[in-house]
Amino acid sequence: MSTTTASASAPQPTHRPLWRRALGFNLLTAVLLGVGGYYLGWFIGHQISGPSFNYESATDENDVALLLAYFFGVVGFLIGLGFANYPLSRLLGRPASLREKEQEGIGRYFGLCTDHKVVGLQYLVGIGVFFFIGGLNAMLIRTELLHDTPTVVGPNQYLSLVGMHGTMMMGMFTSGVLGPFANYFVPIMIGARRMAFPRIESLTFWLLMAAGFILTSTIFFGGFPTGWTGYEPLNDQAVIGMDSYICFFALVGVSMCLLGVNMLATIMTMRAPGMTWSRLPIFVWSVFATAVILVLAAPVLVATLLMASLDRTIDTSFFIVGGGGSPYLFENLFWFFGHPEVYVLALPGFGILLELLPVFARKPLWGYRLAVSGMLGVTLLSFFVWQHHLFVSGINADLRPFYMLSTEIISIPTGFIFLCVMGTLWKGRISFAVPMLFCLAWVFNFLIGGLSGVFLSDAPSDTGTHGSFFVMAHFHYTIMGGLIFTFFAAIYYWVPKMTGLRFNESLAKWHFWLMFISFNSTFLPLFALGMKGMPRRVSSYAPNLVGLNVWVSISAFVLGFSMLIFLFNAVYSLIFVREPAAANPWHSKSIEWQTPTPVPVHNFEQIPVFDADPYDYGTPLPLAGTQAAPAGT
Amino acid sequence: MGVGTAVALVGVLIALYVALWATSFPQSVAATSASSGGSQLTLETVGAIGPKYSPSHPDWVSYLIKSNGRWVHSTIYTVPANSIVHVTIYQYDSPTGLRNPFMGQVQGTVGGTMTVDGKTVNAINPEETSHTFAVPELGIFVPLPGVPEEAKNACEFAPCEGAAHRTIKFSFRTGKKGRYHWQCFVPCAAGYINGNGGPMQTLGYMDGFLDVV
Amino acid sequence: MSEPNHARRFGVIWLVATLIATPLAILLLGPILPPGNGSEQASEQVTDNTVLLAMATPVLLLVVIYLIYSVICFRQPKGGALEGPAVRGDARVQTTWIVVTSLLVLSLATFATVRLETDYGSGSGSGPTPLTVPKGPKLPVQVIAQQWKFTFRYPTYGGVETPHLVLPVGQMVELHVTSLDVIHSFWAIQLGVKVDANPGVDNVAFVRPTRVQTFEVRCSELCGIWHGAMFDYGHVVTPSAFKTWIHQEQVTFAPATKLLPPYSTTYVPNPTRRGE
Repeated sequence: MSTTTASASAPQPTHRPLWRRALGFNLLTAVLLGVGGYYLGWFIGHQISGPSFNYESATDENDVALLLAYFFGVVGFLIGLGFANYPLSRLLGRPASLREKEQEGIGRYFGLCTDHKVVGLQYLVGIGVFFFIGGLNAMLIRTELLHDTPTVVGPNQYLSLVGMHGTMMMGMFTSGVLGPFANYFVPIMIGARRMAFPRIESLTFWLLMAAGFILTSTIFFGGFPTGWTGYEPLNDQAVIGMDSYICFFALVGVSMCLLGVNMLATIMTMRAPGMTWSRLPIFVWSVFATAVILVLAAPVLVATLLMASLDRTIDTSFFIVGGGGSPYLFENLFWFFGHPEVYVLALPGFGILLELLPVFARKPLWGYRLAVSGMLGVTLLSFFVWQHHLFVSGINADLRPFYMLSTEIISIPTGFIFLCVMGTLWKGRISFAVPMLFCLAWVFNFLIGGLSGVFLSDAPSDTGTHGSFFVMAHFHYTIMGGLIFTFFAAIYYWVPKMTGLRFNESLAKWHFWLMFISFNSTFLPLFALGMKGMPRRVSSYAPNLVGLNVWVSISAFVLGFSMLIFLFNAVYSLIFVREPAAANPWHSKSIEWQTPTPVPVHNFEQIPVFDADPYDYGTPLPLAGTQAAPAGT
Repeated sequence: MGVGTAVALVGVLIALYVALWATSFPQSVAATSASSGGSQLTLETVGAIGPKYSPSHPDWVSYLIKSNGRWVHSTIYTVPANSIVHVTIYQYDSPTGLRNPFMGQVQGTVGGTMTVDGKTVNAINPEETSHTFAVPELGIFVPLPGVPEEAKNACEFAPCEGAAHRTIKFSFRTGKKGRYHWQCFVPCAAGYINGNGGPMQTLGYMDGFLDVV
Repeated sequence: MSEPNHARRFGVIWLVATLIATPLAILLLGPILPPGNGSEQASEQVTDNTVLLAMATPVLLLVVIYLIYSVICFRQPKGGALEGPAVRGDARVQTTWIVVTSLLVLSLATFATVRLETDYGSGSGSGPTPLTVPKGPKLPVQVIAQQWKFTFRYPTYGGVETPHLVLPVGQMVELHVTSLDVIHSFWAIQLGVKVDANPGVDNVAFVRPTRVQTFEVRCSELCGIWHGAMFDYGHVVTPSAFKTWIHQEQVTFAPATKLLPPYSTTYVPNPTRRGE
């Protein structure tokens, strides 16, 4: 579809009647084609599988039908949005073009838009919606855990809630920082006008949205009982709701891989003159490191899920012992993806943290090279540690010392980040704006998460804590206490730039303090619960643990309430009050704050030329002192 | 503004729907009091529940309980604490066989026995088992023999009054109050791997609660 | 106003805190650390946990005290716009940090490896061919995990299968854990044993119970709807009580033993799917 609608004049959406505007490649068309595709796939599936195989396929338990329905639904959805238009037009010989729908007002946020800033905001809202859905699941889980036998939530639904919560959070937050903030700010930070592949950028967003919708639809198909790890053979036993999980993660895997490719291509090839690797903002480095993992690990997930779906539909036996397969294969393949995946969650948090600390400590980033080596070290080592999830699984005992060693070693580059944090704060002039509060909380939370990880990497200690609430506490501290806190730091820091509006300060402070205190109150006792013998993913537990669980549940409700405060703040400040923010409220020297608000469509009038990294804070020490301040050290 | 309110309303409705879905249980049915003292549970196991009782899964195996003369599709049974419970099960399904033949021995009942069509036994051939009634937390494991495949007048859908069946009777004692789960141990879920998926893992079919009150 | 020597101040505060807190952690928390002293392996795990705690405490204190210190001492005065010194790194500090953290981590890894192997897997599932095997007589006990109950088979007592686990105190037990359907995990909490049950796999672990007690057994790998309800209570009893019990079980479960297949380290029961 060609790109011109209104050309030089400002967009005037009231020109055409509503029904004319509704025609064309937009979200409405996408939904209609998606639904049509769903029913087409369902019909084809029943034709293929109904009369043949076992009689399950003739009733509602037809995995082939559901998988095809989801597939055609997603294809229809994407075609409806207009993603097939450019490839088709090129196939037909039409000239290349870069831009689609970048100037149409609010409508461009609801469709395919090649402006990376629009995609960034789309991601922020889209991921926010699914974050709240995952959070509601968590509230239901904690309500059930007030009782020691299944009382409020049925046991089937409980497992589905646990699975949906974990899967939704993991799937959404792999792109949680890269999606909103890297898409928006990496081109600006490196002095580019766009990402390398703008249409793919938009595709990754809409794939994620389709995936999220598919996952929530699992409740119509009976849910899935495996938790987010989807272990075989339980995976194969499950009803058709399991296919929602498979489809979700496959789409997320594709989205992750494409997002990583886009980031890598952009950072490697589109830096402005003077933006050498050693002047790259540390946030961009973290995006780079994350993108490497995304590109290498996500395809393994997609392949694994394909195998699982083949086991479920055409009775292959990749993972079924009776047919010659092995559940170990699934565990290994899944965790070969799954462990680098959690570093996908950790690295952007490091990046945001180290990007914001210099601004609020008014000092340059301390140990830039050390931080970069830390991130790249984590990236490399993350592929060598996955079997620590299988310490008690009966893997060959020769392997365990190696994986203990590699897991212990990965804490060395992680420690570099802590040293850089401490060095940046040293003798700084710290101001406590809300983004900085979240960054400081990260230090405490990730420390606890990281130290508990050292316990878990020790196989004898892991014997007691594997598969228990201790592990839950560990990863909630690192992922929620780490990534989500920096996610909110980034929101409070950058949304004034993205929207030109400011948040209500006191509501933000309430959000922070309530969240920090209730977060620790919720997850710190989980270490004790794990050590006292409570396994994961249970709704029946020992009666003597009721007291602790009640405490945790109440804290979790307060945590949920703090999120509502944030939601209220966001809606109130950004939709109702709309008070303009200052141009550079944090006095940051980073280039995105030197651009006008709103950032123009093409980012810069002229491509900037860089001569230093963005950490030019601090008073230089006298010449006779120990350290000069050359750029790029 | 209007759009915002509509979005918020839709959000609240969705949250309510999810909460209702999450908290739905089959209804609780109480055991009737037996004339000889204690209480009586009358159950049946069928090969296919049928579209009348389960529009979404008509082909799933299931338990039903007799309540007030009607067969009710539920697996949550309430029995009194510290008393004796007499159970009568009308078994209409064909055999599948146990994955663990250990469950072929009757355990946890009064006398460690059950009567099958009037004959008292303490174990049955594991290959002939169709379902079990087991309450692992109370140590109760009762294998239920199947109706032979070639039997005439096999039952199609529940309720199976008058079709070919086996009658199994046994009794067990309850102790203190609590919510205990009960389940089948025969992999009777047709078409699912290991026979353990689908109805074997869904409350209301081959799994339930024994609420001792 | 002269700037106090922050490095020295912080260093002293941290050192004092470490010297107080670490012994306190070891002495007060060490004895109550899980999994307790129910078996040799559990006691070894408690020691390992104590060592880990002792190494984690100074690190925890370092970062937390630093955080509090910097938040108090390195503030921007109200309404001020001061900047800190433009220091971008310190090679000495970085090198020291790298060396110290590497040493810490490598010593922990070595320690853990040595403990794992000298303790015969430390109660964890070591697969069909464990690296180190204890010498001397071992009582083989098979744990069969199925959806959703553990049953236990004693091959040296006629292959009798029982629904409850009873072990003699002081006796090295060789656990063979396998599953009949999906992945489960046998977790004998107070004995410090956790062994995944994989279908078609014989997962071996060693444990020597050291106290007469009742212990809790829970499944610790999600296996379906009743994963949380898949628990049991096991007992460690005196050797004579064990003999009495096992002979009683052989009598009680004689009908079942007749129905069972011969003892094997793995089973692949039928059906794979119903109707096949």
